[in-house]
Amino acid sequence: MSRHKITMTVNDVEVTREIESRNLLVHFIREDLSLTGTPIGCDTTSCGACTVLVNGRAIKSCTMFAVQANGATIETIEGVAQNGDLHPLQQGFWEKHGLQCGYCTPGMIMSAKHLLAENPNPSEEEIRWGISGNLCRCTGYNKIVEAIRYAADKLAEGDGEGTEETSA
Amino acid sequence: MIPGQFDYHAPTTLDEALSLLGHHSGAKILAGGQSLIPAMRFRLAQPEVLIDINGLGDLDYIREQDGHLAIGAMTRESALEASTVVQSRYPLLADTARVIADPLVRNLATVGGNLAHADPANDHPATMLAYGAEIVATGPKGSRRIAIDDFFTGLFENSLGDNEILTEIRIPAPGSGSGGAYIKTERKVGDYAISAVAVQLAMDGDRVGTVRIGLTNVSPVPMRAVGAEAAASRSVLSDEVLEAAGQAAAAECEPSADLRGSVAYKRDLTRVLVKRALRRAAERAAGGAS
Amino acid sequence: MTHLEDRFEQHSPKPEGVSAKVAAVDEIQVKTPVEVCGMGHRMKRKEDPRFIQGKGNYVDDVKLPGMLYMDIVRSPYAHAKIVSIDDSEALATPGVLAVIKGEDLKAAGNLHWMPTLMSDTQMVLPIDKVIYYAQEVCAVVATERYIAADAIEKIVVEYEPLDAVVDPHEAMKDKVIVRDDKEKQTNHIWHWEAGDEQATDKVFAEAAHVVEQKMYLPRLHVSSIETCGMVANYNKVTEHMQIYMTSQAPHAHRTVFALVSGLPEHKIQIISPDIGGGFGGKVPVYPGYVVCAVASLLTGAPVKWIEDRSENLQADSFARDYHIDAKMACDAEGRITGLKVKTLADCGAADAAANPSKFPAGLYSICTGSYDMKAAHVEVDGVYTTKPPGGVAYRCSFRVTEAVHMIERMTDIMAREVGTDPAEFRRKNFIRDFPYKSPTGWEYDSGNYEGALDKAMQSIGYDELRREQAEKRERGELMGIGISSFTEVVGAGPSRDYDILGIKMFDSAEIRIHPTGKAIARFGTKSQGQGHETTYAQIIAEELGLPAADVQVEEGDTDTAPYGLGTYASRSTPTAGAAGAMAARKIKAKAKKIAAYLLEVGEDDLEWNISQFQVKGSPEQAKTIQEIAFAAYTNHPPGMEAGLEATDYYDPPNLTFPFGSYICVVDIDKGTGEVKVRRFVAIDDCGHIINPMIVEGQIEGGLTMGLAPALFEEIVYDENGQNLTGTFADYLLPTAVESPKWETGHTITPSPHHPLGAKGVGESPTVGAPPAIVNAVVDALAHLGVKHLEIPITPEKVWKVLREAGVTD
Repeated sequence: MSRHKITMTVNDVEVTREIESRNLLVHFIREDLSLTGTPIGCDTTSCGACTVLVNGRAIKSCTMFAVQANGATIETIEGVAQNGDLHPLQQGFWEKHGLQCGYCTPGMIMSAKHLLAENPNPSEEEIRWGISGNLCRCTGYNKIVEAIRYAADKLAEGDGEGTEETSA
Repeated sequence: MIPGQFDYHAPTTLDEALSLLGHHSGAKILAGGQSLIPAMRFRLAQPEVLIDINGLGDLDYIREQDGHLAIGAMTRESALEASTVVQSRYPLLADTARVIADPLVRNLATVGGNLAHADPANDHPATMLAYGAEIVATGPKGSRRIAIDDFFTGLFENSLGDNEILTEIRIPAPGSGSGGAYIKTERKVGDYAISAVAVQLAMDGDRVGTVRIGLTNVSPVPMRAVGAEAAASRSVLSDEVLEAAGQAAAAECEPSADLRGSVAYKRDLTRVLVKRALRRAAERAAGGAS
Repeated sequence: MTHLEDRFEQHSPKPEGVSAKVAAVDEIQVKTPVEVCGMGHRMKRKEDPRFIQGKGNYVDDVKLPGMLYMDIVRSPYAHAKIVSIDDSEALATPGVLAVIKGEDLKAAGNLHWMPTLMSDTQMVLPIDKVIYYAQEVCAVVATERYIAADAIEKIVVEYEPLDAVVDPHEAMKDKVIVRDDKEKQTNHIWHWEAGDEQATDKVFAEAAHVVEQKMYLPRLHVSSIETCGMVANYNKVTEHMQIYMTSQAPHAHRTVFALVSGLPEHKIQIISPDIGGGFGGKVPVYPGYVVCAVASLLTGAPVKWIEDRSENLQADSFARDYHIDAKMACDAEGRITGLKVKTLADCGAADAAANPSKFPAGLYSICTGSYDMKAAHVEVDGVYTTKPPGGVAYRCSFRVTEAVHMIERMTDIMAREVGTDPAEFRRKNFIRDFPYKSPTGWEYDSGNYEGALDKAMQSIGYDELRREQAEKRERGELMGIGISSFTEVVGAGPSRDYDILGIKMFDSAEIRIHPTGKAIARFGTKSQGQGHETTYAQIIAEELGLPAADVQVEEGDTDTAPYGLGTYASRSTPTAGAAGAMAARKIKAKAKKIAAYLLEVGEDDLEWNISQFQVKGSPEQAKTIQEIAFAAYTNHPPGMEAGLEATDYYDPPNLTFPFGSYICVVDIDKGTGEVKVRRFVAIDDCGHIINPMIVEGQIEGGLTMGLAPALFEEIVYDENGQNLTGTFADYLLPTAVESPKWETGHTITPSPHHPLGAKGVGESPTVGAPPAIVNAVVDALAHLGVKHLEIPITPEKVWKVLREAGVTD
């Protein structure tokens, strides 16, 4: 078993830790960095609850080793609001009731953030396909779709914080 | 679900990766990791050494050159979705890329990994069989090309040597009058296919000229439906011809029963999908979608 | 927008006869201004800022100094003797502190068995044999999660496999005895009946039409995205046990823990923090919880145990698993006259359902549904099999889903038998007079079934869809329209009939108003996403005129919240919500006295107006609730106790009976057998609505959870009792792609006995949706002779009937 010293930028903060090679990125984020906003929902890369952005791309952090993220830029749900201002996606989820128990919400928001970065004006169909790697058991998805559409409109208006993908 | 322990290496050059592979007999290559890491979490795979080739950025490319589309092994599935050349000239590949796993998995999963895993449930094997692609394998003594028909040797087994890494996939550039389609029936997004069919054909007037058909998840080893190809080849795609091709595929595939369906269902589904994929491929050929 | 109200009002002509009535009751009452945000306001949820910023606090987020981790060794057999457990290699691993086995629990005071909520017994850890696949065998406690995971691989358990019994019909033959610990060597657990057998036999003898259908409602798993887990923190010096737990019922769990462990109840504190979905799966006490608590008792350190998804799917409580044989009788005029139902309930290895004590089959006898009939008789037999124990809800109220599925399917089958359109047949048979006494003994509080059906039919354009279907059928295309006009029964329940382990099913609220007019309110329930922090605040705002923003709602800490039975079975609004209103009214009564004192008038001279008491005829003479609150601490009447607070334990006089009509349109691919839900209109009636946005969210979510068992989800075992669907790769939760765009709407028929006229709503859609979908699929295939399909309706099931009928592509 090898141990590795890794350095990465997480939510604009550079962190360095020594870890076991087998440490999953999600455990590293939750345990080593105490960023518990990224939860775990399954073992089979199915649910997307643990979604974070690695170098701007939404990935399931349960299916990547922390050591693989050495040198990467990572954004978790804790880094989405900037200077105390909610990101349009966060506003959208709140306004449109895009969450209930809140457990899938961070993953949904991170997925949606990547989706909107690639496709700023998605149709309902594109939103549904875009979040199809994230399971929600509470909402029935209607209001999540509305929340993401709300954010797309806000971002298009240009008064949102998230128009620039700083982590890309 | 915690993986077992292993040693980890992250080479930054192909030579370094090959050297590590030569030195560690129990080593596994870590590409996108979207099949390997779940298997490790269940401890179904417990490699002693992982060689992470995500640092080999020069294996991440899609380019059309010398009469073929060259795809670097470390190209992410999502890059296929975003690629203009794939979307405009390789509709079979474009179809496939959209239905692999889910969007988050596609952000990490690689084309090379999907093929090297040699899982008949994966989607690229059928697609590459239909394209008649070539695999470029690189070892300590250089590169060699393996015809896709010779690549899959068993369930999760391929013809790569122990010291070789899959580095590139080459798809012959489709000529004029060509068309392709991938049609997959899955229980839900993210699932493997109940059955899926990849067709690549070139029309010769109103007849099919050449045609290759690959099948997903209906055989222990990724397979071509050669009987179906024979039925469709040199023919006008009438209802009768389509039915004959579908029935040939249904007869020659070798599905096993599981939660996705019985053998009879999978065979008949394959028949239906072969017909639909042939029809769509021919429509695309006629529409100039190449 | 998907909400139908506007569209309905603008575009749908109202039918003769019902228009006035329906229109009159559809409007959501809003009595308070937006600053107060009482009932009827679409208030944004107060809990959301923490969730959208990653600041929720779920059990796995709890990290205590010196915390240890537990992992569990599970059985690879459904039924096997345990020959030996060798833990030497695991114990020799650095970082491993203990291995806990059944014998250890026995030595610790017979903790190797525990009672279930149904007064059965369940193994915590086995000593002699295992009786279901993935059963807990022993547990490792280690300094780190990864070390614990490594250590369980090093424990060698030798088993002697025994025959499994997976099918309850087989189990009834008693060839393999699951529970040989019991005095009676039989797998039959209980027999239960409701209704009048003789009267039912009589109506069947006189019937013009009788139809019969067997149906199976398969095992399901609630699959909240958060699994179950615990952090147990025992302090050996203070003898205080603090437990963070994924609990839908923390108070009841505290009492169970006290009774089982012998720890004094005041030394046990259960904290149910944010819960990542419950749906019934976090009602039972699982063996892992008990072992985790024991691990902390033994080590004197905090111990964390978090299930992984496979453990959650394979060992935690299931739902459904009812084998139903139903018969319906109908007279020559097309009126349903009777219903006969026999049911085999597969309980698994213990009766660990979460039903009220007197109801081993829950509220299943509500199965006459929305239809008036003369007689009914229902029988249920519970049986052990070598499968995980359970029988919890899956976002439903105690077996109502099974009942509704059966009656809504039978109604469709009978409609076809008598040759009447299923909508017309329902309309003809609806209960019309309320309160209604059902043949199985229920008293329905209120309803307007026809109003909901009319609205659903108009919203979806029923007649036009029937025309489209006829045209498509001519062309060989397969399209179906399915209806479900269900009645739910929620809000358990009145103390005369409802208890869990003897504890009556009241619920509670305690409101304290601070001198500056801000309030804290604590409840005996526990939100798992339902939005109690908002809804309850709105109830208090409605009653007292305090802005909902000024009311902090807390639940889930047994040291601070009043005792209650928790949140499940859509009971929170009917019970704790009512308690909140009643506690507020107690406060209001005192406030009136204070206002009279301050205004120097008699109480009779005062009237209430939104947020103040004012003198009748001169409203400028008034005291706001905030002024009254200040006076309650600074200037209260002589002889009166200071302060402004109240507690209420609400014992509902009856259950509430929400209802609705759902219509589903499906298209079927005759080549692949795939079913696509094209449209789904859901008209729900849950009485008065507290927060329309939250109600819509509950309904949409419940609809997707109704779609899931109809088309996707099922726990499957092989003949050896091994679970074949133990991951999300095989237990198929719908994504946003499979889930259609739901179209929702409402009618409003208040509950006459609930203080707010509300009924409870979270589960209606899960109950009502599956039969609408099945009825639609069967409708699409009916001309081929198809009468019934079992859920989940997989592509293969449809393909099979198509090919048998000679339909192909």
